[in-house]
Amino acid sequence: MTISLSKDSVQVVKEQDAVFLKNRVKEIAVKIKMGLVNQTRLITAASELVRNMLRYANGGLCVIEVVSSGRINGVRLTFIDKGPGIPDIGQAMRDGFSTGRSLGLGLPGTKRLVNEFDIKSKVGEGTTVTILKWANG
Amino acid sequence: MKNQLADEGLREDLISNEDLRSQSEELITALVGNLSSSESPDLDSDEWSPVIEILGGIAITRARQGFSPRETGNFLFSLKEALLVVLQQEISNDPQTLFNESLKINRIMDNLSVITFETFIKGREEVILRQTDEIAEISTPVIRLWDGILALPIIGTLDSARTQVVMENLLQEIVATGSSIAILDISGVPAVDSLVAQHLMKTVSATRLMGAECIISGIRPEIAQTVVHLGIDLSNIITKSTLASALAYSFKIMKLEVRKANTLQKI
Amino acid sequence: MDKIPILRMGPFLLVTIQVDLYDRLALSLEADLVQTVNKTNAKGVLIDISAVSIVDSFMGRIIGNIAGMCKILDAETVVVGMQPAVAITLIELGLPLKGVHTALDVEKGMTMLKSMIDLSEDDDDQEAIEDDHIIE
Repeated sequence: MTISLSKDSVQVVKEQDAVFLKNRVKEIAVKIKMGLVNQTRLITAASELVRNMLRYANGGLCVIEVVSSGRINGVRLTFIDKGPGIPDIGQAMRDGFSTGRSLGLGLPGTKRLVNEFDIKSKVGEGTTVTILKWANG
Repeated sequence: MKNQLADEGLREDLISNEDLRSQSEELITALVGNLSSSESPDLDSDEWSPVIEILGGIAITRARQGFSPRETGNFLFSLKEALLVVLQQEISNDPQTLFNESLKINRIMDNLSVITFETFIKGREEVILRQTDEIAEISTPVIRLWDGILALPIIGTLDSARTQVVMENLLQEIVATGSSIAILDISGVPAVDSLVAQHLMKTVSATRLMGAECIISGIRPEIAQTVVHLGIDLSNIITKSTLASALAYSFKIMKLEVRKANTLQKI
Repeated sequence: MDKIPILRMGPFLLVTIQVDLYDRLALSLEADLVQTVNKTNAKGVLIDISAVSIVDSFMGRIIGNIAGMCKILDAETVVVGMQPAVAITLIELGLPLKGVHTALDVEKGMTMLKSMIDLSEDDDDQEAIEDDHIIE
Protein backbone atom coordinates (compact mmCIF):
# COMPACT_ATOMS: atom_id res chain seq x y z
CA MET A 1 0.00 0.00 0.00
CA THR A 2 1.79 3.09 -1.23
CA ILE A 3 0.45 6.31 0.15
CA SER A 4 1.24 9.81 -0.99
CA LEU A 5 2.69 12.06 1.68
CA SER A 6 3.15 15.27 -0.28
CA LYS A 7 2.42 16.59 -3.75
CA ASP A 8 4.08 19.30 -5.82
CA SER A 9 3.72 20.22 -9.51
CA VAL A 10 6.14 21.79 -11.93
CA GLN A 11 5.06 23.13 -15.29
CA VAL A 12 7.76 22.49 -17.89
CA VAL A 13 7.66 24.71 -20.95
CA LYS A 14 11.24 25.70 -21.64
CA GLU A 15 14.70 24.31 -20.90
CA GLN A 16 15.20 26.34 -17.73
CA ASP A 17 12.12 24.65 -16.28
CA ALA A 18 13.87 21.31 -16.73
CA VAL A 19 16.82 22.57 -14.70
CA PHE A 20 14.45 23.81 -12.00
CA LEU A 21 12.65 20.46 -11.99
CA LYS A 22 15.87 18.51 -11.55
CA ASN A 23 16.93 20.73 -8.66
CA ARG A 24 13.56 20.30 -6.99
CA VAL A 25 13.72 16.51 -7.35
CA LYS A 26 17.21 16.54 -5.87
CA GLU A 27 16.03 18.60 -2.90
CA ILE A 28 13.25 16.17 -2.14
CA ALA A 29 15.42 13.09 -2.64
CA VAL A 30 17.95 14.49 -0.18
CA LYS A 31 15.16 15.27 2.30
CA ILE A 32 13.99 11.65 2.40
CA LYS A 33 17.61 10.58 2.83
CA MET A 34 17.98 8.86 -0.54
CA GLY A 35 21.50 7.50 -1.16
CA LEU A 36 23.68 9.38 -3.64
CA VAL A 37 23.68 6.72 -6.35
CA ASN A 38 19.89 6.39 -6.16
CA GLN A 39 19.58 10.18 -6.34
CA THR A 40 21.67 10.14 -9.50
CA ARG A 41 19.54 7.37 -10.99
CA LEU A 42 16.31 9.21 -10.21
CA ILE A 43 17.44 12.60 -11.51
CA THR A 44 18.94 11.05 -14.65
CA ALA A 45 15.63 9.27 -15.31
CA ALA A 46 13.77 12.55 -14.76
CA SER A 47 16.19 14.26 -17.13
CA GLU A 48 15.45 11.73 -19.87
CA LEU A 49 11.69 12.00 -19.45
CA VAL A 50 11.54 15.78 -19.23
CA ARG A 51 13.72 16.02 -22.32
CA ASN A 52 11.27 13.79 -24.19
CA MET A 53 8.41 16.01 -23.06
CA LEU A 54 10.13 19.15 -24.31
CA ARG A 55 11.34 17.66 -27.55
CA TYR A 56 8.27 15.77 -28.70
CA ALA A 57 5.34 17.38 -26.87
CA ASN A 58 6.26 21.04 -26.39
CA GLY A 59 6.45 20.57 -22.66
CA GLY A 60 4.03 19.34 -20.04
CA LEU A 61 3.46 18.89 -16.34
CA CYS A 62 5.54 17.00 -13.81
CA VAL A 63 3.96 15.96 -10.52
CA ILE A 64 6.43 15.29 -7.71
CA GLU A 65 5.20 13.16 -4.81
CA VAL A 66 6.81 11.83 -1.68
CA VAL A 67 5.35 8.40 -1.07
CA SER A 68 5.57 5.88 1.71
CA SER A 69 5.09 2.15 1.91
CA GLY A 70 5.24 1.20 5.54
CA ARG A 71 8.69 2.11 6.75
CA ILE A 72 10.32 3.15 3.51
CA ASN A 73 9.93 6.44 1.70
CA GLY A 74 10.28 7.15 -1.99
CA VAL A 75 9.78 9.72 -4.71
CA ARG A 76 7.16 9.32 -7.42
CA LEU A 77 7.30 11.47 -10.55
CA THR A 78 4.48 11.67 -13.06
CA PHE A 79 5.17 13.28 -16.43
CA ILE A 80 1.98 14.32 -18.21
CA ASP A 81 2.01 15.78 -21.68
CA LYS A 82 -0.54 16.50 -24.42
CA GLY A 83 1.82 15.60 -27.24
CA PRO A 84 1.44 13.35 -30.26
CA GLY A 85 1.48 10.16 -28.18
CA ILE A 86 3.42 6.97 -28.84
CA PRO A 87 1.81 4.64 -31.39
CA ASP A 88 3.66 1.45 -30.44
CA ILE A 89 4.69 1.41 -26.78
CA GLY A 90 6.01 -2.13 -27.04
CA GLN A 91 8.48 -1.10 -29.67
CA ALA A 92 9.47 2.04 -27.76
CA MET A 93 10.27 -0.10 -24.73
CA ARG A 94 12.65 -2.31 -26.66
CA ASP A 95 16.36 -1.49 -26.49
CA GLY A 96 17.75 -0.03 -29.67
CA PHE A 97 14.56 1.64 -30.85
CA SER A 98 14.97 5.17 -32.19
CA THR A 99 12.76 7.74 -33.88
CA GLY A 100 15.05 10.73 -34.11
CA ARG A 101 18.80 11.06 -34.02
CA SER A 102 19.97 7.90 -32.26
CA LEU A 103 18.86 6.62 -28.87
CA GLY A 104 15.28 7.84 -29.40
CA LEU A 105 13.18 8.05 -26.25
CA GLY A 106 15.58 6.20 -23.99
CA LEU A 107 12.64 4.48 -22.25
CA PRO A 108 14.11 1.02 -21.63
CA GLY A 109 17.23 2.56 -20.13
CA THR A 110 15.15 4.88 -17.93
CA LYS A 111 13.10 1.94 -16.73
CA ARG A 112 16.25 0.20 -15.51
CA LEU A 113 17.11 3.16 -13.29
CA VAL A 114 13.89 3.14 -11.27
CA ASN A 115 11.94 0.71 -9.11
CA GLU A 116 8.54 1.20 -10.75
CA PHE A 117 7.80 2.40 -14.27
CA ASP A 118 4.42 2.90 -15.92
CA ILE A 119 3.53 4.42 -19.27
CA LYS A 120 0.18 5.23 -20.86
CA SER A 121 -0.13 6.87 -24.22
CA LYS A 122 -2.82 7.67 -26.76
CA VAL A 123 -2.02 8.89 -30.25
CA GLY A 124 -3.27 12.44 -30.72
CA GLU A 125 -3.98 12.89 -27.01
CA GLY A 126 -0.75 12.60 -25.08
CA THR A 127 1.47 10.52 -22.86
CA THR A 128 1.74 9.94 -19.12
CA VAL A 129 4.85 8.33 -17.64
CA THR A 130 5.04 7.51 -13.94
CA ILE A 131 8.27 6.47 -12.22
CA LEU A 132 8.96 5.59 -8.60
CA LYS A 133 12.29 5.35 -6.79
CA TRP A 134 12.57 4.17 -3.19
CA ALA A 135 15.03 5.95 -0.97
CA ASN A 136 17.14 2.85 -0.52
CA GLY A 137 16.85 -0.24 -2.69
CA MET B 1 6.81 -9.55 45.00
CA LYS B 2 6.56 -12.93 46.63
CA ASN B 3 5.16 -14.44 43.48
CA GLN B 4 8.02 -13.08 41.44
CA LEU B 5 10.77 -14.18 43.75
CA ALA B 6 9.36 -17.69 43.76
CA ASP B 7 9.17 -17.77 40.04
CA GLU B 8 11.78 -19.72 38.07
CA GLY B 9 11.99 -16.86 35.69
CA LEU B 10 13.99 -14.82 38.16
CA ARG B 11 17.22 -13.80 36.48
CA GLU B 12 19.43 -12.63 39.28
CA ASP B 13 22.30 -12.22 36.88
CA LEU B 14 20.48 -9.70 34.77
CA ILE B 15 18.55 -7.65 37.31
CA SER B 16 19.04 -7.00 40.98
CA ASN B 17 16.28 -7.51 43.51
CA GLU B 18 16.12 -3.82 44.21
CA ASP B 19 15.61 -2.92 40.57
CA LEU B 20 12.93 -5.60 40.36
CA ARG B 21 11.18 -4.13 43.40
CA SER B 22 11.25 -0.58 42.11
CA GLN B 23 10.07 -1.63 38.63
CA SER B 24 7.20 -3.59 40.16
CA GLU B 25 6.24 -0.76 42.49
CA GLU B 26 6.16 1.77 39.70
CA LEU B 27 3.98 -0.46 37.58
CA ILE B 28 1.62 -1.39 40.39
CA THR B 29 1.11 2.21 41.46
CA ALA B 30 0.18 3.30 37.95
CA LEU B 31 -1.96 0.23 37.35
CA VAL B 32 -3.93 0.48 40.60
CA GLY B 33 -4.57 4.16 39.95
CA ASN B 34 -6.20 3.31 36.63
CA LEU B 35 -8.12 0.27 37.84
CA SER B 36 -9.86 2.18 40.58
CA SER B 37 -10.84 5.06 38.35
CA SER B 38 -12.38 3.37 35.33
CA GLU B 39 -15.31 1.00 34.92
CA SER B 40 -14.66 -0.61 31.54
CA PRO B 41 -11.17 0.38 30.66
CA ASP B 42 -10.16 1.39 27.18
CA LEU B 43 -6.46 0.69 26.94
CA ASP B 44 -6.04 3.08 24.03
CA SER B 45 -7.28 6.04 26.03
CA ASP B 46 -4.95 8.68 27.43
CA GLU B 47 -5.36 7.73 31.07
CA TRP B 48 -3.80 4.35 30.38
CA SER B 49 -0.79 5.76 28.57
CA PRO B 50 1.38 6.15 31.70
CA VAL B 51 0.90 2.44 32.46
CA ILE B 52 1.67 1.49 28.88
CA GLU B 53 4.72 3.72 28.89
CA ILE B 54 6.09 2.11 32.03
CA LEU B 55 5.40 -1.34 30.59
CA GLY B 56 7.01 -0.39 27.31
CA GLY B 57 10.06 0.86 29.16
CA ILE B 58 10.35 -2.37 31.14
CA ALA B 59 9.93 -4.47 28.00
CA ILE B 60 12.55 -2.62 25.98
CA THR B 61 15.16 -2.57 28.73
CA ARG B 62 14.66 -6.30 29.23
CA ALA B 63 14.96 -6.93 25.50
CA ARG B 64 18.23 -5.06 25.41
CA GLN B 65 19.54 -6.78 28.52
CA GLY B 66 18.93 -10.18 26.95
CA PHE B 67 15.91 -11.47 28.86
CA SER B 68 13.90 -14.13 27.03
CA PRO B 69 10.35 -13.23 25.98
CA ARG B 70 9.01 -15.80 28.46
CA GLU B 71 10.86 -14.19 31.34
CA THR B 72 9.55 -10.77 30.44
CA GLY B 73 6.03 -12.14 30.05
CA ASN B 74 6.23 -13.90 33.41
CA PHE B 75 6.90 -10.57 35.06
CA LEU B 76 3.42 -9.53 34.03
CA PHE B 77 1.75 -12.88 34.67
CA SER B 78 2.99 -12.99 38.22
CA LEU B 79 1.36 -9.60 38.70
CA LYS B 80 -1.94 -10.88 37.28
CA GLU B 81 -1.92 -13.81 39.67
CA ALA B 82 -1.21 -11.55 42.61
CA LEU B 83 -4.09 -9.28 41.60
CA LEU B 84 -6.51 -12.19 41.24
CA VAL B 85 -5.52 -13.53 44.64
CA VAL B 86 -6.12 -10.12 46.20
CA LEU B 87 -9.48 -9.92 44.41
CA GLN B 88 -10.54 -13.29 45.80
CA GLN B 89 -9.61 -12.21 49.30
CA GLU B 90 -11.68 -9.03 49.01
CA ILE B 91 -14.79 -10.34 47.28
CA SER B 92 -15.01 -13.71 49.04
CA ASN B 93 -18.79 -13.74 49.55
CA ASP B 94 -20.13 -12.80 46.09
CA PRO B 95 -19.11 -15.33 43.43
CA GLN B 96 -20.85 -13.49 40.59
CA THR B 97 -19.12 -10.16 41.26
CA LEU B 98 -15.85 -12.01 41.91
CA PHE B 99 -16.17 -13.67 38.52
CA ASN B 100 -17.03 -10.40 36.72
CA GLU B 101 -14.19 -8.48 38.30
CA SER B 102 -11.78 -11.37 37.67
CA LEU B 103 -12.82 -11.35 34.04
CA LYS B 104 -12.11 -7.63 33.82
CA ILE B 105 -8.71 -7.98 35.42
CA ASN B 106 -7.97 -10.90 33.13
CA ARG B 107 -8.85 -8.92 30.04
CA ILE B 108 -6.80 -5.90 31.10
CA MET B 109 -3.74 -7.93 32.05
CA ASP B 110 -3.89 -10.00 28.86
CA ASN B 111 -4.00 -6.84 26.76
CA LEU B 112 -1.08 -5.42 28.68
CA SER B 113 0.80 -8.69 28.11
CA VAL B 114 0.32 -8.45 24.37
CA ILE B 115 1.56 -4.87 24.41
CA THR B 116 4.55 -6.00 26.43
CA PHE B 117 5.42 -8.71 23.92
CA GLU B 118 5.08 -6.37 20.96
CA THR B 119 7.36 -3.82 22.55
CA PHE B 120 9.80 -6.57 23.47
CA ILE B 121 9.97 -7.77 19.88
CA LYS B 122 10.54 -4.24 18.63
CA GLY B 123 13.43 -3.89 21.07
CA ARG B 124 15.03 -7.08 19.75
CA GLU B 125 14.59 -5.95 16.17
CA GLU B 126 16.47 -2.76 16.92
CA VAL B 127 19.38 -4.80 18.29
CA ILE B 128 19.40 -6.93 15.14
CA LEU B 129 19.36 -3.88 12.87
CA ARG B 130 22.25 -2.32 14.72
CA GLN B 131 24.28 -5.50 14.50
CA THR B 132 23.54 -5.83 10.79
CA ASP B 133 24.92 -2.35 10.19
CA GLU B 134 28.05 -3.16 12.17
CA ILE B 135 28.63 -6.37 10.23
CA ALA B 136 28.19 -4.55 6.96
CA GLU B 137 30.84 -2.05 7.96
CA ILE B 138 33.41 -4.63 8.99
CA SER B 139 33.07 -6.98 6.07
CA THR B 140 34.08 -4.68 3.22
CA PRO B 141 37.61 -3.50 3.94
CA VAL B 142 39.64 -1.67 1.31
CA ILE B 143 43.37 -2.31 1.26
CA ARG B 144 45.98 -0.26 -0.53
CA LEU B 145 48.16 -3.03 -1.88
CA TRP B 146 50.52 -0.76 -3.74
CA ASP B 147 50.68 2.74 -5.06
CA GLY B 148 47.70 2.80 -7.40
CA ILE B 149 46.49 -0.75 -6.66
CA LEU B 150 43.55 -1.46 -4.35
CA ALA B 151 42.39 -4.80 -3.02
CA LEU B 152 38.88 -5.53 -1.75
CA PRO B 153 38.59 -8.96 -0.17
CA ILE B 154 34.98 -9.94 0.34
CA ILE B 155 34.10 -12.40 3.06
CA GLY B 156 30.77 -14.12 3.47
CA THR B 157 27.64 -14.47 1.39
CA LEU B 158 27.13 -11.94 -1.34
CA ASP B 159 23.56 -10.93 -1.92
CA SER B 160 22.32 -8.38 -4.40
CA ALA B 161 22.13 -5.57 -1.84
CA ARG B 162 25.62 -6.20 -0.46
CA THR B 163 27.15 -6.38 -3.94
CA GLN B 164 25.72 -2.93 -4.68
CA VAL B 165 27.33 -1.58 -1.52
CA VAL B 166 30.66 -3.19 -2.45
CA MET B 167 30.43 -1.68 -5.92
CA GLU B 168 29.80 1.84 -4.65
CA ASN B 169 32.57 1.45 -2.07
CA LEU B 170 35.07 0.23 -4.66
CA LEU B 171 34.37 3.10 -7.06
CA GLN B 172 34.52 5.73 -4.32
CA GLU B 173 37.86 4.39 -3.07
CA ILE B 174 39.26 4.45 -6.60
CA VAL B 175 38.47 8.15 -6.80
CA ALA B 176 39.61 8.87 -3.25
CA THR B 177 42.98 7.15 -3.68
CA GLY B 178 43.50 7.81 -7.37
CA SER B 179 44.18 4.11 -7.91
CA SER B 180 44.06 2.76 -11.43
CA ILE B 181 43.56 -0.88 -10.52
CA ALA B 182 41.10 -2.48 -8.08
CA ILE B 183 41.30 -6.19 -7.31
CA LEU B 184 38.02 -7.68 -6.10
CA ASP B 185 38.85 -10.92 -4.31
CA ILE B 186 35.93 -13.29 -3.82
CA SER B 187 37.77 -16.33 -2.47
CA GLY B 188 35.77 -15.90 0.74
CA VAL B 189 32.46 -16.04 -1.11
CA PRO B 190 30.86 -19.49 -1.17
CA ALA B 191 28.33 -18.95 -3.95
CA VAL B 192 27.24 -16.45 -6.55
CA ASP B 193 23.85 -16.24 -8.24
CA SER B 194 23.10 -14.64 -11.59
CA LEU B 195 21.97 -11.34 -10.06
CA VAL B 196 25.18 -11.02 -8.08
CA ALA B 197 27.20 -11.97 -11.17
CA GLN B 198 25.43 -9.20 -13.07
CA HIS B 199 26.31 -6.68 -10.39
CA LEU B 200 29.94 -7.82 -10.44
CA MET B 201 30.08 -7.27 -14.18
CA LYS B 202 28.45 -3.89 -13.72
CA THR B 203 31.19 -3.07 -11.23
CA VAL B 204 33.89 -3.94 -13.76
CA SER B 205 32.17 -1.92 -16.50
CA ALA B 206 31.70 1.11 -14.28
CA THR B 207 35.35 0.95 -13.22
CA ARG B 208 36.47 0.89 -16.85
CA LEU B 209 34.12 3.73 -17.71
CA MET B 210 35.81 5.84 -15.07
CA GLY B 211 39.22 5.11 -16.57
CA ALA B 212 40.46 2.45 -14.15
CA GLU B 213 40.55 -1.36 -14.26
CA CYS B 214 38.92 -3.99 -12.08
CA ILE B 215 40.25 -7.52 -11.77
CA ILE B 216 38.28 -10.29 -10.11
CA SER B 217 40.35 -12.86 -8.28
CA GLY B 218 39.73 -15.89 -6.11
CA ILE B 219 36.86 -17.40 -8.04
CA ARG B 220 36.17 -20.81 -6.53
CA PRO B 221 35.80 -23.75 -8.94
CA GLU B 222 32.17 -24.19 -7.84
CA ILE B 223 31.42 -20.60 -8.78
CA ALA B 224 33.15 -21.05 -12.14
CA GLN B 225 30.85 -24.01 -12.75
CA THR B 226 27.72 -22.10 -11.72
CA VAL B 227 28.64 -19.14 -13.88
CA VAL B 228 29.04 -21.24 -17.02
CA HIS B 229 25.86 -23.21 -16.29
CA LEU B 230 23.93 -19.97 -15.88
CA GLY B 231 25.19 -18.93 -19.29
CA ILE B 232 26.93 -15.82 -17.98
CA ASP B 233 29.62 -14.51 -20.30
CA LEU B 234 32.71 -13.44 -18.39
CA SER B 235 34.99 -13.17 -21.41
CA ASN B 236 35.21 -9.39 -21.08
CA ILE B 237 36.33 -9.55 -17.49
CA ILE B 238 39.86 -10.12 -16.29
CA THR B 239 39.81 -12.98 -13.81
CA LYS B 240 42.73 -14.44 -11.88
CA SER B 241 42.65 -17.45 -9.61
CA THR B 242 44.48 -15.82 -6.71
CA LEU B 243 45.03 -12.37 -5.32
CA ALA B 244 48.76 -12.95 -5.81
CA SER B 245 48.44 -13.57 -9.53
CA ALA B 246 46.11 -10.58 -9.80
CA LEU B 247 48.82 -8.46 -8.17
CA ALA B 248 51.48 -9.83 -10.54
CA TYR B 249 49.22 -9.02 -13.47
CA SER B 250 48.64 -5.51 -12.13
CA PHE B 251 52.40 -4.91 -11.95
CA LYS B 252 52.69 -6.04 -15.54
CA ILE B 253 50.02 -3.61 -16.75
CA MET B 254 51.65 -0.80 -14.84
CA LYS B 255 55.00 -1.78 -16.33
CA LEU B 256 56.48 -2.47 -12.92
CA GLU B 257 59.07 -5.17 -12.40
CA VAL B 258 59.97 -7.12 -9.30
CA ARG B 259 63.62 -8.15 -9.33
CA LYS B 260 65.99 -9.71 -6.91
CA ALA B 261 68.31 -7.06 -5.49
CA ASN B 262 71.87 -7.29 -6.76
CA THR B 263 74.34 -8.17 -4.04
CA LEU B 264 77.69 -6.81 -5.18
CA GLN B 265 80.61 -8.29 -3.42
CA LYS B 266 83.37 -5.83 -2.70
CA ILE B 267 86.79 -7.33 -2.68
CA MET C 1 24.53 33.20 -22.98
CA ASP C 2 27.35 31.36 -21.20
CA LYS C 3 30.24 29.97 -23.11
CA ILE C 4 32.36 27.10 -21.91
CA PRO C 5 36.04 28.15 -21.87
CA ILE C 6 38.57 26.07 -23.79
CA LEU C 7 42.07 26.09 -22.35
CA ARG C 8 45.18 25.27 -24.29
CA MET C 9 47.81 23.04 -22.69
CA GLY C 10 50.58 22.48 -25.18
CA PRO C 11 49.35 20.22 -27.95
CA PHE C 12 46.13 19.55 -25.99
CA LEU C 13 42.91 21.37 -25.23
CA LEU C 14 41.15 21.23 -21.85
CA VAL C 15 37.43 21.76 -21.40
CA THR C 16 35.96 21.81 -17.89
CA ILE C 17 32.20 21.36 -17.73
CA GLN C 18 30.69 22.88 -14.64
CA VAL C 19 27.17 23.86 -15.61
CA ASP C 20 24.15 21.96 -16.80
CA LEU C 21 24.68 21.47 -20.53
CA TYR C 22 21.48 22.60 -22.17
CA ASP C 23 20.89 22.22 -25.93
CA ARG C 24 22.22 25.53 -27.22
CA LEU C 25 25.26 25.48 -24.96
CA ALA C 26 26.14 21.93 -25.99
CA LEU C 27 25.92 22.73 -29.69
CA SER C 28 28.06 25.84 -29.33
CA LEU C 29 30.62 23.81 -27.38
CA GLU C 30 30.83 21.29 -30.21
CA ALA C 31 31.32 24.07 -32.75
CA ASP C 32 33.89 25.95 -30.64
CA LEU C 33 35.93 22.85 -29.94
CA VAL C 34 36.05 21.75 -33.53
CA GLN C 35 37.13 25.22 -34.65
CA THR C 36 39.80 25.43 -31.94
CA VAL C 37 41.19 21.95 -32.65
CA ASN C 38 41.54 22.96 -36.27
CA LYS C 39 43.06 26.35 -35.55
CA THR C 40 45.61 25.14 -32.99
CA ASN C 41 46.27 21.80 -34.65
CA ALA C 42 45.63 20.18 -31.28
CA LYS C 43 46.38 16.48 -30.97
CA GLY C 44 44.17 15.80 -27.98
CA VAL C 45 41.10 17.04 -26.11
CA LEU C 46 40.48 16.54 -22.40
CA ILE C 47 36.91 16.89 -21.18
CA ASP C 48 36.80 17.27 -17.40
CA ILE C 49 33.45 16.17 -15.99
CA SER C 50 34.48 15.91 -12.33
CA ALA C 51 31.92 18.59 -11.45
CA VAL C 52 29.10 16.94 -13.38
CA SER C 53 26.73 14.92 -11.23
CA ILE C 54 24.16 14.00 -13.87
CA VAL C 55 25.03 12.62 -17.29
CA ASP C 56 21.96 11.65 -19.29
CA SER C 57 21.72 10.26 -22.82
CA PHE C 58 21.81 13.76 -24.30
CA MET C 59 25.08 14.61 -22.61
CA GLY C 60 26.43 11.19 -23.53
CA ARG C 61 25.59 11.87 -27.14
CA ILE C 62 27.35 15.24 -27.08
CA ILE C 63 30.50 13.64 -25.67
CA GLY C 64 30.34 10.95 -28.34
CA ASN C 65 29.87 13.62 -31.01
CA ILE C 66 32.86 15.60 -29.78
CA ALA C 67 35.03 12.48 -29.79
CA GLY C 68 33.94 11.64 -33.32
CA MET C 69 34.50 15.14 -34.70
CA CYS C 70 37.91 15.48 -33.09
CA LYS C 71 39.00 12.08 -34.36
CA ILE C 72 38.29 13.21 -37.91
CA LEU C 73 40.56 16.18 -37.26
CA ASP C 74 43.24 13.79 -35.94
CA ALA C 75 42.77 14.56 -32.26
CA GLU C 76 41.98 12.02 -29.54
CA THR C 77 39.42 12.72 -26.82
CA VAL C 78 39.76 11.67 -23.18
CA VAL C 79 37.00 12.17 -20.65
CA VAL C 80 38.32 12.59 -17.11
CA GLY C 81 36.94 12.73 -13.60
CA MET C 82 33.75 10.74 -14.04
CA GLN C 83 31.95 10.44 -10.69
CA PRO C 84 31.17 6.90 -9.45
CA ALA C 85 27.41 7.50 -9.32
CA VAL C 86 27.54 8.77 -12.90
CA ALA C 87 29.50 5.70 -14.06
CA ILE C 88 27.01 3.32 -12.44
CA THR C 89 24.04 5.18 -13.91
CA LEU C 90 25.55 5.25 -17.39
CA ILE C 91 26.09 1.48 -17.33
CA GLU C 92 22.51 0.89 -16.20
CA LEU C 93 21.18 3.37 -18.74
CA GLY C 94 23.00 1.36 -21.40
CA LEU C 95 24.97 4.21 -22.95
CA PRO C 96 27.89 2.76 -24.90
CA LEU C 97 30.08 5.92 -25.13
CA LYS C 98 32.06 4.34 -27.95
CA GLY C 99 35.28 5.85 -29.16
CA VAL C 100 35.69 7.76 -25.91
CA HIS C 101 38.75 7.15 -23.79
CA THR C 102 38.52 7.77 -20.09
CA ALA C 103 40.96 8.51 -17.30
CA LEU C 104 40.62 9.20 -13.59
CA ASP C 105 41.98 12.75 -13.66
CA VAL C 106 43.54 15.40 -15.88
CA GLU C 107 47.08 14.23 -15.11
CA LYS C 108 46.42 10.61 -16.05
CA GLY C 109 44.42 11.84 -19.06
CA MET C 110 47.40 13.81 -20.36
CA THR C 111 49.71 10.81 -19.84
CA MET C 112 47.27 8.75 -21.88
CA LEU C 113 47.12 11.34 -24.65
CA LYS C 114 50.92 11.64 -24.76
CA SER C 115 51.36 7.88 -25.17
CA MET C 116 48.70 7.81 -27.90
CA ILE C 117 50.48 10.59 -29.77
CA ASP C 118 53.89 8.91 -29.40
CA LEU C 119 52.49 5.76 -30.91
CA SER C 120 51.02 7.58 -33.90
CA GLU C 121 54.26 9.48 -34.46
CA ASP C 122 56.12 6.14 -34.56
CA ASP C 123 53.69 5.06 -37.28
CA ASP C 124 54.48 8.23 -39.28
CA ASP C 125 58.23 7.57 -39.04
CA GLN C 126 57.68 3.99 -40.10
CA GLU C 127 55.69 5.09 -43.16
CA ALA C 128 58.44 7.55 -44.15
CA ILE C 129 61.06 4.79 -44.07
CA GLU C 130 58.91 2.48 -46.15
CA ASP C 131 58.33 5.24 -48.74
CA ASP C 132 62.10 5.62 -49.11
CA HIS C 133 62.43 1.93 -49.90
CA ILE C 134 59.76 2.14 -52.56
CA ILE C 135 61.50 5.04 -54.31
CA GLU C 136 64.75 3.14 -54.47
